[in-house]
Amino acid sequence: MNLIGENITYKPDDQFHLNDVSFNFKKGNLYTILGRTLSGKTTFLKTIAGLLNPDSGNLSFEEKDFSKIPVWERNVAMVYQQFINYPHLNVYENIIFPLKQRKLSQDQIKTDVEEALKTVGLIGFENRKIQELSGGQQQRVALARSLAKKAKILLLDEPLVNLDYKLREQLREEFKKIFSEGMSQETILIYSTTDPQEVMELNGEVIVLDEGKVLQKGPAKEIFENPLNLKVAEISNDPPMNILKGLKNSDDLNFENISIKSPKHFKNLENQNYNFGIRASEIKLDDNGEEFEIELAEISGSETLLHLKKGNSKLIALIEEVMNFKIHQKVKINFNSNKFYAFNQSGELVSSPYGINNG
Amino acid sequence: MEKLYTFLKYTFITLWTVFIVAPFLWAVSTSFKDFQSVNSKVTYIPWLDFEPTLEGWRVLVKSPARGGVDIVEPYFNSIFVTCTASLVSIVLGTLAAYALSRFTFKAGFVRNNDITFFFISQRIMPPIVLSIPFFIFLSTIGLLDSLLGLVVVYIVLLMPIAVWIMVDFFNRVPKELDETALIDGCNPYQAFYKVVLPNSIPGLIVAGMFCIIFGWIDFFFAFILTFTEVQLLPVKVVALNSSITPWWSLSASALISVAPLIIVAFVVERYLSKGNLSGALK
Repeated sequence: MNLIGENITYKPDDQFHLNDVSFNFKKGNLYTILGRTLSGKTTFLKTIAGLLNPDSGNLSFEEKDFSKIPVWERNVAMVYQQFINYPHLNVYENIIFPLKQRKLSQDQIKTDVEEALKTVGLIGFENRKIQELSGGQQQRVALARSLAKKAKILLLDEPLVNLDYKLREQLREEFKKIFSEGMSQETILIYSTTDPQEVMELNGEVIVLDEGKVLQKGPAKEIFENPLNLKVAEISNDPPMNILKGLKNSDDLNFENISIKSPKHFKNLENQNYNFGIRASEIKLDDNGEEFEIELAEISGSETLLHLKKGNSKLIALIEEVMNFKIHQKVKINFNSNKFYAFNQSGELVSSPYGINNG
Repeated sequence: MEKLYTFLKYTFITLWTVFIVAPFLWAVSTSFKDFQSVNSKVTYIPWLDFEPTLEGWRVLVKSPARGGVDIVEPYFNSIFVTCTASLVSIVLGTLAAYALSRFTFKAGFVRNNDITFFFISQRIMPPIVLSIPFFIFLSTIGLLDSLLGLVVVYIVLLMPIAVWIMVDFFNRVPKELDETALIDGCNPYQAFYKVVLPNSIPGLIVAGMFCIIFGWIDFFFAFILTFTEVQLLPVKVVALNSSITPWWSLSASALISVAPLIIVAFVVERYLSKGNLSGALK
């Protein structure tokens, strides 16, 4: 009864848009597709919707071969990153459009639409024209349309990316609520995004996609704690995880003439060269720390992002207060060595502060 | 600076308006004159300069047997040919344009852009190049000097315009709109007429307007492909000019020839400013 994809490959030109992608999605669950722009997220969703036909591989749903069912009979719903609604219809007509296509009874349509409008908070906007709505409201209409359908597969393709910061935060909160309360256990929800924070907050099963290939699958917590390789560590953290090339000795880690006491979880690692990973939030300002030069300081909200440099190594540190820095100023920082990751020379995770589950 | 700009703007608009409207006023005035008023001296204002008469207009509706020129039949012929050809061009052109905008065609080295160019290329050639083929073609199928033959030829002339405008229009309608319609349960035909078409009204109006204008003003093919059975308005108007130039009826017929276009322009202007697509689609 699941949505199952086996070895799906889509290569319309000389580049892979999907490269041997397999998955098994269960009803009532939330799946997030995490990947950078052009990593194949939209292709992935469009393939499930039936808008694209993969070159090879199988796609089945409820034990039926999905590839034989045309888009309009698949009973899926999709919300695009652009706010796509029918401009010639008002809000109410937009939401009943898919219901009318399915020839539901008038009463059924009425209750479904009201429910959907209530969920997205657009009661009272029924007769508005789409053009009169703000971006956030337009996206709510699109969401209401896909919710009212009660489709068995709901696809959301970066639904928040074109909204401004404030609205994104607000809708993200509401999405979380809608997904946890409003969704039926019959629905498979697939949500794509470039934003690691969204993935963590939605807390579903994550698929990390890059250049059309699945890099890692697992619960959000697992992706956060144990990114399988450098690529995943980069994609699943914002700012990306800092990577420092260095040498592990029996008692310390050495990079850029800095020596740090080796953390406990590294004790079984062989003494050799590694890529050490550390999150931006695990770097603190400390007068007794190591000296780095500031390349750029960005203030965002209540935080300050410091782009630091020493020798060939570049770092980003996340300081949890607003501070003013001058460019080329020298600052001293300290690493929380308990939170160091170690990736081997080919980029695979060999040690994590949370312990590696798969050995 | 602001004032100077406003002054220059209004001066320019005024001069331009005079430039455009003056010939019309001249034609209106002349259409109410008789032989005497045209040829004696320069006159402008009715009742003051000359005694107005309806003779110039009356001639147009009188049958030739009673000394008239009867442009009523050519007038309706023109309306029929222009409207029929425009309608067929818009219907076929819109379908072709949608296909060219949404689907990918490959036939040897031919791609979508080549097909679009093929349509437009029909209009790049000077019309005289097509005159002999059209003549031979119509005479072969026995449609020379007939309304149907003219409709066929005008479709060939007008459809490229419709295709050209609509391809450009559909290219600006996001593909995601069609896809959403498909996902919402429309088959491709329903997606086209339930979603894409209602959102293409501004484009359809522009294309329709161009078709009607180009069809209505064509003299060349109407002149070459008809003899006595069927006459279109532009040919009839030009034919008024014999050994004596009847300025009065010529002016009157010129005025009623452009009247439909003026009406179309006013109607279309209202629709275009209401255009419901602007800002709705990102």
